[in-house]
Amino acid sequence: MTDAPILKLQGVTKTFPGVIANDNVSFAVGEGEIHALLGENGAGKSTLVKMIYGVQKPDSGEMTFRGKPYAPARPFDARAEGVGMVFQHFSLFETLTVHENIALGLSKAEAARGDLRRRIIDVSAAYGLKVDPARLVGTLSVGERQRVEIVRCLLTGPKLLIMDEPTSVLTPQEVGVLFQTLRRLASEGCSILYISHKLEEIRSLCDRATVLRGGRVVGSCDPGQETTRSLAEMMIGATLNTPRREPVEPGAIRLQVAELSLTSDEQFGVDLENVSFNVRAGEILGVAGVAGNGQTELMEALIGERTLRFPRQIQLDGVPIGHEGPKARRSRGMCFAPEERLGHASVPGMSLWENTLLSAGASNDLAPGGIISIANASRFAGEIVGALNVKTASVRSAARSLSGGNLQKFIMGREILQNPKVLIASQPTWGVDAGAAAAIHRVLLELAKSGAAVLIISQDLDELFTISTRISVIAGGHLFASQPTEELTVETLGLAMGGRSKEIRAAREAAHV
Amino acid sequence: MDLVLSILLGVVVAATPLAFAAIGELVTERSGVLNLGVEGMMIIGAIAAFAATYGTGSYIIGSLAGALAGAAMGALFGVLTLSLMSNQVATGLALTLFGLGLSALIGQSYSGVSLPRFPQVHIPILTDIPFVGPLLFGQDGLVYLSIALVAGVSWFLASTRAGLILRAAGENHDAAHAIGYPVIGIRYLAVMFGGACAGLGGAYLSLVQTPLWVENMSAGRGWIALALVVFASWKPTRVLGGAYLFGGVAILQLHSQALGLRVDPQILSMLPYLATIVVLVVISRDRMTMTLNAPACLGRAFHASS
Repeated sequence: MTDAPILKLQGVTKTFPGVIANDNVSFAVGEGEIHALLGENGAGKSTLVKMIYGVQKPDSGEMTFRGKPYAPARPFDARAEGVGMVFQHFSLFETLTVHENIALGLSKAEAARGDLRRRIIDVSAAYGLKVDPARLVGTLSVGERQRVEIVRCLLTGPKLLIMDEPTSVLTPQEVGVLFQTLRRLASEGCSILYISHKLEEIRSLCDRATVLRGGRVVGSCDPGQETTRSLAEMMIGATLNTPRREPVEPGAIRLQVAELSLTSDEQFGVDLENVSFNVRAGEILGVAGVAGNGQTELMEALIGERTLRFPRQIQLDGVPIGHEGPKARRSRGMCFAPEERLGHASVPGMSLWENTLLSAGASNDLAPGGIISIANASRFAGEIVGALNVKTASVRSAARSLSGGNLQKFIMGREILQNPKVLIASQPTWGVDAGAAAAIHRVLLELAKSGAAVLIISQDLDELFTISTRISVIAGGHLFASQPTEELTVETLGLAMGGRSKEIRAAREAAHV
Repeated sequence: MDLVLSILLGVVVAATPLAFAAIGELVTERSGVLNLGVEGMMIIGAIAAFAATYGTGSYIIGSLAGALAGAAMGALFGVLTLSLMSNQVATGLALTLFGLGLSALIGQSYSGVSLPRFPQVHIPILTDIPFVGPLLFGQDGLVYLSIALVAGVSWFLASTRAGLILRAAGENHDAAHAIGYPVIGIRYLAVMFGGACAGLGGAYLSLVQTPLWVENMSAGRGWIALALVVFASWKPTRVLGGAYLFGGVAILQLHSQALGLRVDPQILSMLPYLATIVVLVVISRDRMTMTLNAPACLGRAFHASS
């Protein structure tokens, strides 16, 4: 790390119709520094890096890069100057090969220089980012795709690498490998601008952090010296009211799942094997696990998207419902919040009030006699917006126009305000900032307290430790017996999720008995 | 022997306009734009080529006029769908209806007029070889152009950087934009190329095939060309094969009586569409091959802000 900044922003402002995305932003990134850009959803992080990468132009303000004025008109200019970027939603073409994808990301002269295939292999070998140039990108895993993006950037010999939420799609193991690569790059003098709202990662990886809120810089710090809590509070600009779980006296069993086996209908899915568990009134059961270990299939079975042969495999308050579809289950007082916000839990192009009709139409009588009552639906949508403090222009706004955190709050509110007997939610705070996550956790705890049984499937262990009464682990389609949260540590859970330790094998055998 | 030769020559004549229109639409679709207005662009090309040839007496100027008129129709489609973001399907259908109407209007003063025979290549010795000669070396210039065009497009898409960029725009326009390629500009060029090819296909109808101006003379060939692109699963060389196959079916229809086939001509004219449906079903069975073949952004509007 040296004192001379490689990139310096001075008073950068960018407005869109109706919004100021960035207001007089100034900060500097040092050479070989891993610099975090922190902020809630909608704080202006993405717009800022798009300007640095030449996708958008600032309205006013100045940027300097390596001591010279810097105003890229196009991403090509940015890359020519030595700025590379790995996008959150990868800018890859599935039906093209790795080789073709990389060629597209290089300038014409750069792509024509030497044997590109050879250079791809050399660079990927040098950084331990194994990629096969001849493979079609469509056949690669998410982690491998990210490697392709990084290799593409490295081939241009970047002086500054921008990473936009790089870990949100990776497994913990892949995150570890990525961090090694980034640290190595930084030690070689390449600066890294790292965008994330995973505070723990920023604390372990980054040298400095600039915090954005509402489009302005509100502070900068050394994240290693801060706690996740203090970082989160800088981001939201208020004291973080982390909800606390109070001990509850569990009531009667509300949701019971017995010997549930299900063959996945996805090509790379995981079959559920003999899954049994129950959730009592007042409890929150957390299901921990690395993505792709049967969570999708479990969710499908619980929602009723895939109905079961034996009704008794799922029982609600003692009534067998395994053979029923989602609508019938909802009418019995179950509510669901699937993982994917846009497309599964909501219709992106429909307004918020229209989206309330999808799941709460029957329970709240939003369409009496089959005729939509706009007044009722709007009122219900308004209640949700008020109860969870959803930031939206109006209930007539399209679902996709909301930021991820706000839409997730709306979806959770829509389900919770129906006062379900059983609520099943997958990844309730995925990609959601700390303030919104705390709000969602609070309403989940309140719901459980009021006597509902809640099941949360999540990869976020912090989340499960915050709200769950009991936690069980899903691995390879097996669900291990749950244990009270107090008796668990992150380490034991982590081991179980990897499915390696002896205890787990024993537990697996025990589960089979 | 003479009957076989005349049938084969007929197949070439029937296939060439299909090959022109389909290879143009293929390039358009590979860039991510679905232009259902092929029929309209063809018929405008037909009347423009006919009028220009009639006026100037030059088949070259006539063919160029057909291509230019088609490109202009393509540009119109581009303005509507790419710049003004109108719905591609609806705009394509409107373009077809517009083209049919406009061509009929322009063509009023040309009905009943006929042109001299389109000149054919004659290479001494080679063309005089019996049977093979007239078939391979005695066609008109547009036939050779159509084959060269297919070969050229095939090479362009597979082996050039510009072709790769065009495919990228059709595959994932957001990513192409994020990397820094001008998606809208690429699509304008592709749509205009598609229009020019359709126009040439139309020119072939009015200059070679009939050679007369008849209202609605494209008679559904634009739709067959659209079906052909899917039939060929967006691969240029298969377009040529498909064009000759579909052209063959059309000629079979004409000669079915002479050949003593007891099949209703209506059934034969359904065959290209049936074949397309069968091919669609077959390639859709395997999801991977389908996603690999069809451009993923086909028919989806692109706006830089989203």
